[in-house]
Amino acid sequence: MNSWMNDVAIVGVGNTRFGSFPDTDALGLGIEALANALDDCGLGFSDIDGLVTNRAGSYQRIGEALGINPRWSLQLEVSGRMSGASIVEAALAVSRGLAGCVALVYGNDGKSRRVNYGGTERIASDPFAPWGFTSPGAVHAMMFQMHSHRFGTTSEQLAEVAVAFRKNARLNPLAVRREPMTIDDHQNSRYVCEPLRLFDYCQINDGGVALIITSVDRAKDLKKPPIRIAGIGMADSFCDSTVPPTDFWYPALRECADQVYGTSGIAREDVDVLMAYDNFTPTVLFTLEGLGFCEQGESGHFVEKGRLSLEGSFPTNTSGGHLSESYMQGWALNVEAVRQLRGECGERQVAGCEVAQYACATPRCISLIYTR
Amino acid sequence: MTQSSQAASNGTRAPILPRPDVWAKPFWSFADRGQLALQRCSSCRSYRYPPGPVCPKCRSGSFGWEPVSGHGRVISWVVFHQNYYPGTLFEVPYNVAMVALDEGVNLIGNLTEAGDESVRIGLEVEAVFVPISDEVKLLQFRPAPKRAAQ
Repeated sequence: MNSWMNDVAIVGVGNTRFGSFPDTDALGLGIEALANALDDCGLGFSDIDGLVTNRAGSYQRIGEALGINPRWSLQLEVSGRMSGASIVEAALAVSRGLAGCVALVYGNDGKSRRVNYGGTERIASDPFAPWGFTSPGAVHAMMFQMHSHRFGTTSEQLAEVAVAFRKNARLNPLAVRREPMTIDDHQNSRYVCEPLRLFDYCQINDGGVALIITSVDRAKDLKKPPIRIAGIGMADSFCDSTVPPTDFWYPALRECADQVYGTSGIAREDVDVLMAYDNFTPTVLFTLEGLGFCEQGESGHFVEKGRLSLEGSFPTNTSGGHLSESYMQGWALNVEAVRQLRGECGERQVAGCEVAQYACATPRCISLIYTR
Repeated sequence: MTQSSQAASNGTRAPILPRPDVWAKPFWSFADRGQLALQRCSSCRSYRYPPGPVCPKCRSGSFGWEPVSGHGRVISWVVFHQNYYPGTLFEVPYNVAMVALDEGVNLIGNLTEAGDESVRIGLEVEAVFVPISDEVKLLQFRPAPKRAAQ
């Protein structure tokens, strides 16, 4: 297909370990991940002339800390929807010649800094704080309650998602949560915001993730097979978005699906592995429905019997995802997609992986399809 | 001291006070009078929430604030078991409900005065205003009296 995306390639990926690292910070972790990404492709810091930063600090400070004066740089808001968006922005910049080689840098010190995703530190920005309603988990709990009422989706079906990703994580040496989890374990975990339980929530950890994007021409000389962005789908769902939405982002996801399969010319049946943004288990269900892998309301049945595990027929979040590897706001999921396509995933490699899809369902829905 | 730590040291439980922007202030003035009011577009007559400068449907900048019936239906609910607000009025477990008002706008509130009724989707509710401080009354919902058959 004739497309600007054919000009660019992801040539390097890198990450740190995930855990609690109080002796460094988001800046240090982002830079460590970047060093790994440069090693991965054989480029040096001096090759970087573009910078996209997310959560690792201000873009200016990161440039300063690295000794880089970029031609082009961008800092995106701290939210999971921005990982996919960052990749698109970097690709656009390279394809239009605004930068020759872009480093994307993400760092997160949420665990050691004890960042809470709700409560008193968010009072100024939580519109419903006076009613005690706070945290993204609560928003997803409210949405899942509606999905359950409307379609009969059960907590046990959410457990299937958590259990499948935990199973995948057991094959990932970097995953933070690797102890076995059964459906009963999930069901016995305490309610956080009922109807969601502890094991429906992602794992906050410290870590850094980085990618290097450059032109396909440049990519030929580098260490690893270049990965192309074959398709992009984006749709924002901002209307009626302050109160939890009642549509599970289904229209926006359908729009995303039409674009990502349309622009790539790849059918959803040809997707070999899916990376679905899993801040919470129900988000994965909404994503499966919106992308059209099943009918709306059928995602609960779709994920039963471990379908999303590496042993199942629809491997998803092969690293263990946010639920078991670590919450890196989508960044590590995109890196896992790249590694699957390169054949670097060891025991968790999906055989014959040629098409990897990333999707994120939030008030901004985005999906990227990657191929070699 | 922060609001909540002061409350804890006083042995009382602090409310979480709203921080309305310029568009939302009238909501709280009406609340103080025990009335649920919504912004309404003067042009196309749509109600909107949250309040803002223009109508999201027709983009008219002309609006008023109108008291509404206060009647609605619970369309979703959660129960917090994790305490995000230590030292405040919110002692776990507590519920939060999403209510679809008859006027076509969805709001957040807590279900109160429920007696034997538990929060459930489809429960018909009516707005009430509960003082949480000397200056602020908070919108809450209680089960609505059963309506007479039409």
